[in-house]
Amino acid sequence: MATDSHRRGVLIHPDVERYSDVNRDVLKILGRPGLGWWFLFALAAAGVGLFFGAWGIQIVRGIGVSGLMSPVGWGVYVTTFVFWVGIAHSGTLISAILFLFRAPWRQSVYRAAEAMTVFAVMTAGLFPLVHLGRVWHAYWLFPYPNSRFLWPNFRSPLVWDVFAVTTYFTVSAVFFYLGSIPDVAAARDGATGLRRKLYQVISLGWRGTDREWHHFGKAYIFLAALATPLVLSVHSVVSWDFAMGIVPGWHTTIFAPYFVAGAIFSGVAMVITLIVPLRKVFGLEAYLTVKHFDALAKLCLLTSLIVLYAYVTEFFMAWYSGEEIERASFWNRLFGTYWWASWTMLVCNGMVPILLWFRRVRHSIPALFVISIFINIGMWFERYVIIVTSLHHDFVPFAWGVYRPSLVGMSIVIGSFAWFGFWFLLFTRILPPVAIAELKEVLPAPMRRFRKVGGH
Amino acid sequence: MARTGGLLASYDYLDAIVDAIHDLRKAGFRELTAYVPFPEHHIEEALGYGQSPVRVWTLVGGLTGAATGFAFTTWTSMDWPLITGGKPIVSIPAYVVIAFELTILFGALSTVIGLFWNARLPNPKPMVVYDPEFSAGRFGLYVVAPPERFDEARRILEAQEPAELREDREGAHAR
Repeated sequence: MATDSHRRGVLIHPDVERYSDVNRDVLKILGRPGLGWWFLFALAAAGVGLFFGAWGIQIVRGIGVSGLMSPVGWGVYVTTFVFWVGIAHSGTLISAILFLFRAPWRQSVYRAAEAMTVFAVMTAGLFPLVHLGRVWHAYWLFPYPNSRFLWPNFRSPLVWDVFAVTTYFTVSAVFFYLGSIPDVAAARDGATGLRRKLYQVISLGWRGTDREWHHFGKAYIFLAALATPLVLSVHSVVSWDFAMGIVPGWHTTIFAPYFVAGAIFSGVAMVITLIVPLRKVFGLEAYLTVKHFDALAKLCLLTSLIVLYAYVTEFFMAWYSGEEIERASFWNRLFGTYWWASWTMLVCNGMVPILLWFRRVRHSIPALFVISIFINIGMWFERYVIIVTSLHHDFVPFAWGVYRPSLVGMSIVIGSFAWFGFWFLLFTRILPPVAIAELKEVLPAPMRRFRKVGGH
Repeated sequence: MARTGGLLASYDYLDAIVDAIHDLRKAGFRELTAYVPFPEHHIEEALGYGQSPVRVWTLVGGLTGAATGFAFTTWTSMDWPLITGGKPIVSIPAYVVIAFELTILFGALSTVIGLFWNARLPNPKPMVVYDPEFSAGRFGLYVVAPPERFDEARRILEAQEPAELREDREGAHAR
């Protein structure tokens, strides 16, 4: 018991004493947005305009405007697709896997992380459509009884990907929604007028009865248990999009674990990037303590070591295989046309996280924020390096070429960040961004036996 | 048909509501509803809950998903047999991926339906017997009591010092 109460004391600031304090502190976020929020929201909305504008140009004029050209048929679109799917993964890690492991620091962070997952998959899901070129044929991806009863080729990793990503989106959205129901009910009880009616509908009339909680608890555990293997499978399937091809630099068995580790690495960094401003702007210092950031930083450090190990293994295997083309491909990565991208990746993902070994860095929130941005950049470049350097320089020198992303392509990539931010900003105003009900589990329960003399 | 009325008590302390549940159950009151701001296993234990049937929904959904995944991929391959990559028409290892994803998808959706079914959600009934405090920090306890035992239930609830006690003689709860 002693260690238990000790832990509780560190995870939530001692000023938060009563259950109703949690409601007060979290629900006040949902009030009238400040000027800063409107500024960011306008910026995000403009970015969403850029995204759809650029996509519109591409739809009218054809995929050529994106800069994609043989031999590089997969450019910044697939890079950004993998980037956003990867970002999503740490949200599920924090909400589902750490739930099963009963990590007590998860409580304050996970709702925001879960929202990040849902919006990141929503963003990622746009990229196969953008990349399709003829987007009006998108439904061809799904198996449906068409006039000639032609079915997709289920031996193709691209079809696996359709199943993996749609399942991932559905399950993570359901998990996110279900977890929010009791908190939306709490928001409803604190709201009036139209907002109250809206929350009553979203919360499905939740009252927190024993029957509701009993089945809810069971359903939540099973959803977490289903989401855990799912998250590992999704990025493995994404990695097989590459590894199943015989392109040098792609065709390796290390890809699945390497991609999963990289996904969690980038996602945890993105969680830090998002909750640092969230904490500051909404005054959640009592709930998101240095202890939480320390735990996230350690997760980053661990996954950065796995990713670095995978980089080293890739280079070693290319040399050790004795395969000339494989060797040339990896030499080209470091010293070829795209040397700057590879070195950005190595420095941001391999070198910068070394700082996280120091407790002082892990406990400095500004330092973590800056490091997390470096990791985000590094992980985008990792996917860029894997895709572009492998494709532009494959087997026959005659077929080599150089790819430069066009203005349209880059507008869509930048716009995707705005699209993500747009949803995330809306989320912070509509749903409680910190889990109200589960935070109460970390607080000591009020007991008559331990009643304070004089009361509160 | 006349509805049976009841009483709604709000407690500030966890042990108070747990003791009240124990005393009411001992006295033979069976229809109790607790309102809790977060999942509290002490209260579930006091009310004598067993295993939730939601787990069966998860299992059946998952197995249906796995079967659907294998059956669908196999059937569509046989429906239009086309050799690609020199692989057999029915390539089980490749279909494992589809079957796996559908296991998760069907299992998760079936869990949610199971939850809604068992927890009786969505619940559009008007919230007559409810207090906004229940989602903030108080523990609520509603007990259905026939008129002749109304005062007995009241005594038991009052013994644990409720912060508030409401009478519901018309049985609004049952509505």
